[in-house]
Amino acid sequence: MFISMFGAVESGVIYAIMALGVYLTFRVLDFPDLTVDGSFVTGASVAALSIVNGVPPILATLFALLAGFLAGCITGLLHTKGKVNALLSGILMMTALYSINLRILGQPTLSMLHETTIFKQLGSFWSVTGIDNALNSLLGVFGLDRLPSTWAILTVMAVVTVIIKLVTDFYLKTEVGLALRAIGDNKRMIRSLSANTDNLTIVGVGLSNGLVALSGALIGQLGGFADVNMGIGMIVIGLASVIIGEALFGTKTIARATLAVIGGAIIYRIIVTLALRVDFLETGDMKFITAAIVIIALVAPKVHQVQREKKRRIQKRKQLGGDSHA
Amino acid sequence: MLNVTNISVTFNEGTLDEKKALNGIELEMAAGDFVTVIGSNGAGKSTLMNVVSGNILPDAGDVIIGGKQVVHLPEYKRSAFIGRVFQDPMAGTAPSMTIEENLAMAYSRDKKRRLKFGVTKKRKDMFRDYLKTLNLGLEDRLSAKVGLLSGGERQALSLLMATFTNPNILLLDEHTAALDPSRAELITSLTEKVVRESGLTTLMVTHNMQQALDLGNRLIMMDKGQIIFEANGEEKERLTVKDLLQEFQRIRGEQFEDDRAVLG
Ligand SMILES: Nc1ncnc2c1ncn2[C@@H]1O[C@H](COP(=O)(O)OP(=O)(O)OP(=O)(O)O)[C@@H](O)[C@H]1O
Ligand SMILES: [Mg+2]
Repeated sequence: MFISMFGAVESGVIYAIMALGVYLTFRVLDFPDLTVDGSFVTGASVAALSIVNGVPPILATLFALLAGFLAGCITGLLHTKGKVNALLSGILMMTALYSINLRILGQPTLSMLHETTIFKQLGSFWSVTGIDNALNSLLGVFGLDRLPSTWAILTVMAVVTVIIKLVTDFYLKTEVGLALRAIGDNKRMIRSLSANTDNLTIVGVGLSNGLVALSGALIGQLGGFADVNMGIGMIVIGLASVIIGEALFGTKTIARATLAVIGGAIIYRIIVTLALRVDFLETGDMKFITAAIVIIALVAPKVHQVQREKKRRIQKRKQLGGDSHA
Repeated sequence: MLNVTNISVTFNEGTLDEKKALNGIELEMAAGDFVTVIGSNGAGKSTLMNVVSGNILPDAGDVIIGGKQVVHLPEYKRSAFIGRVFQDPMAGTAPSMTIEENLAMAYSRDKKRRLKFGVTKKRKDMFRDYLKTLNLGLEDRLSAKVGLLSGGERQALSLLMATFTNPNILLLDEHTAALDPSRAELITSLTEKVVRESGLTTLMVTHNMQQALDLGNRLIMMDKGQIIFEANGEEKERLTVKDLLQEFQRIRGEQFEDDRAVLG
């Protein structure tokens, strides 16, 4: 149990980078970008291909980020300059990326099991520090027999994700970032304040997919393979993370909202892990559950609002002397 | 400052819906001119504003601002030196962002946007001073979300955002029309004050004839895409609402169709 929870948090911290990307498009730009399903795999594929060809893992990971950025820019271009509907431009790009990803991989699945990934490098560096032993012996006190093989990934990825969060927070408070946020809030206004909304949108969608691809590259290296189908439903997972996080942790400020997104991504992984331990659920059911979470999160507040309004009216009618037919 | 020459705009040309919205408009404004624009619904007032702002590319004619031909300059570039307030109080501000963030975005209007904090301590002090001039107490609510403000407060903020970088041209399109009378009064007096103090070259559309007479040093009346009447300086000072209605009837040989105008 502890081990699977540990694994959930570990991958959750990496998926959080993807969720931050989704937050940038869905919330900040108000651009429902479906490129994510493709760009996540592009990230994993570019990293895998580079690593297999002897590129240092850190560089391979940066290549992945760049590839995702480019893919996002093209989606943004389609929407702004090509005047294609936002949803459709994402779907088109996602579809095109499927073929591109297959080309990059050369086969449906590319294994990195025998390659040096960023995490293997990290592990060998980490083992010198002896932190694992210290933490595990600490946990041993609680009588846990099966302990994590390394704390390196969790620790370092948590730091990386928090750094990305802080940079995002900063970016969204800069002059450029304010204009970017205004695109999602009041596009006409920010255009009348001399901002090039097309270029900002393109860069914004690019950055978002850069983060998504980075996350894909890291997840690929964590699992030891890149698979052309590993991105299916990723956008819904990203959305679920954003929505769960916002509901639980609030969105009062930008810093709060991005923290909430990270929290949401981790909690989502924990939910998945718990759900998979339920006997009658199978791995394949997860997509359904994820979609259900998003649907509930989207619909529930509206229904609640309507109900409350109705109740208020009924109460008011009663106060005013009641219905003659009652 | 603003030279609009021989502007024509036709919507849906070559279809059944063809509509000539502007027909050979000529308007020359010196720096500091405050022109009020009146005219019935569909006269082409908003279209003229959109041509000046760069929202609509005219079929013919030039728009020259400060001696520069800008007719092909896209809206977002032109808005570096054109301030604008819309009729809808929701249109001029970003609701889920704070007052200080909105002001910071307006402050960047005529500058290159960089990767530096938009809201700094220094700017906050400056914003506070500007907000004080509105006398609405907004200076104490810098970090409140704009969506929480009333329509009148939002419109006052929009006006401030449109003017505090001293743009070459200020465009106001019925910017008091959606407000209740007392708030409209407030925005009108703020407009008068801001334009007077900064000497902004201003083009203001209004359906309120009294407002058109009270404000500005020039007045134009539009109908069917043309400027049909113009009064400047002292001549405008002497005008009354009755004169305007008579003038319209004399030129067009028909009643001014807009009841709102008469009542206003
Ligand atoms: N985008 C458009 N497409 C087609 N026709 C348009 C468009 N915009 C304006 N028109 C038409 O052009 C004419 C002038 O419209 P405009 O909005 O400039 O009038 P206005 O003087 O501002 O009127 P109002 O007082 O009602 O605001 C109208 O007949 C209008 O229907
Ligand atoms: Mg109009």
